[in-house]
Amino acid sequence: MSTAAVPVPKLPTGIRGFDHIARGGLPAGRSTLLAGTAGSGKTVFAAEFLARGALDFAESGVFVTFDERPEEIRANVASLGIDVAGLEATGRWAFVDGSADLGTDEVVGAYDLEALIARIAHAVDAVGASRIVLDSIAAVSPRFSNPVGARTELARVVRSLRELGLTAVLTAERTSSPAVVAQQGVEEFVTDNVVILRHVGEGERRRRTVEIVKFRGAAHRTGEFTFAIVPGEGISVIPLALISMRQRASAERVGVGSAELDTLLGGGVYRDSVTFVSGPTGIGKTLVATTFAAASAAAGERCLLVSFEESADQIHRNATSWGCDLSALEGAGLLRLVCEYPEVASLEDHFVSLRQHIEAFEPRRLVVDNLSGLERIGTVRGMLDFMVGFTSHLRAARITSLFTSSSRGLLGGDTLTEAHASTLTDAIVLLRYLELEGVVRRALCVLKVRGSAHDHRVHEFTIDDHGLHVGLPFADHTGILTGPAMRLGATREPAAPEPAG
Amino acid sequence: MARFEFRIYVVGGTTRARRAVANLRGVCEAHAGDDFAIEVIDVLSQPDRAEEERILATPTVIKLAPLPRRRVVGDLSEADLAAIALDLTDPEGSVKKGLER
Repeated sequence: MSTAAVPVPKLPTGIRGFDHIARGGLPAGRSTLLAGTAGSGKTVFAAEFLARGALDFAESGVFVTFDERPEEIRANVASLGIDVAGLEATGRWAFVDGSADLGTDEVVGAYDLEALIARIAHAVDAVGASRIVLDSIAAVSPRFSNPVGARTELARVVRSLRELGLTAVLTAERTSSPAVVAQQGVEEFVTDNVVILRHVGEGERRRRTVEIVKFRGAAHRTGEFTFAIVPGEGISVIPLALISMRQRASAERVGVGSAELDTLLGGGVYRDSVTFVSGPTGIGKTLVATTFAAASAAAGERCLLVSFEESADQIHRNATSWGCDLSALEGAGLLRLVCEYPEVASLEDHFVSLRQHIEAFEPRRLVVDNLSGLERIGTVRGMLDFMVGFTSHLRAARITSLFTSSSRGLLGGDTLTEAHASTLTDAIVLLRYLELEGVVRRALCVLKVRGSAHDHRVHEFTIDDHGLHVGLPFADHTGILTGPAMRLGATREPAAPEPAG
Repeated sequence: MARFEFRIYVVGGTTRARRAVANLRGVCEAHAGDDFAIEVIDVLSQPDRAEEERILATPTVIKLAPLPRRRVVGDLSEADLAAIALDLTDPEGSVKKGLER
């Protein structure tokens, strides 16, 4: 037996996001039980495990099927962009067909599963496989009139996989009871590594999750992670805190499109950073967002502008009213508008869609206006997962981003997203209405810029047909952010709007 | 062509394989006289043949003729049960008589 705790090496699955939560992949040369209820995505996961191996790592695989016929599996995973027949033709995928339409076999006397082991060994040899899937092992023992003997034999089959040096995924049906990993008799011989797929209702929505229950002798992340099954792509795990620490913090600054706001930020925002702009409705968040996008495109950096509030026409019209022609930037391929209704998809689907847009357009900057639309469709936990996962993704892709969010009250108060924003973002800009002596004015404050000095004062700002202008600080008032504002000391003349740009 | 045709899938060279073939032969002699043929397939040397019939277990016996086909798993150590499972009791009618069908 092993003496020291030598970590088990990992085999990357290639399944999007999974290897991050598995800290590298599945334990190499071992079997992992993949348990889940019907429809939880087990066969999809298993098939993609083989397909990714073949396509991304030049590793062949054997698919041992006990439930469906090979032709059914080929058809079912084709919609995920997996061309099983093509992989078979190039010798990177082989089926061992153990499907059951022949019914239960009568048992008279002693038997073993050597025929299955021999067929597996033959198929593994034929394609030089290093990956294997048994789908599902729970389907084997009921095929024999004495299931107890079959389970003992199945344990031998699993041992033989290890002797062949294969990294195996063994699927198993699972009842919805949380206490039982898999139906009886399956987990008893594959307890070292267990992954559970779930398809659970949460409020009015259903959510797919994957959880690594254990990897013996190997690290993994704990907890449930959301995933989506994406047509043409396969499984996409959306990792919470995928890359929790930023690898590189850039010292380079990026202008946000307003020299005045750049000054308050201490010289713009850092490249690859995440900036958060919060404020009540109508105060100018979309203006800040559009300005940022236009400045990016004008600087020759592709920008993706995602709007969950307005149509492309509205965005164009608004930008024109601030003296900004977005059509020219779009025509030059420097700007792409994506306008979506939050309600048409789940948070996971939005995450996947945004990721696909990013992969297609490869922007250097990204603007989302505004997150509150997404808050409407998700749960608190779901929204936090989304934000953590998405900002991590942006950092990994080295994209400078700006998000807007609506605060509930007109004069202050925070939002759901805002409550978590400080840990996720690098810079926070608050926009607030302010009522002073019977006049509603606009206030702007840079709450934080991570790793930088910045202006801490609350400034007045105005909007005209050239955009946003930062005015004087409200030096003699307090409580502006939290409301109501209180004047300190003597009467102060209302500051005139400052078209200082 | 024999009237009764069987194919038995075994792991060649094992005691269990020899016992299973001997048991099958015994059942055949008891119920099929000498009008039978047995093909023995070693799954180790001919995994393709096991693939064709989707054989998982060894030994597995398939009665190919007369129809209907029958599949039985195990070393057939209980001759009477093997005869029933392989549907061989009809010609003599000795075992099957009185059984519900």
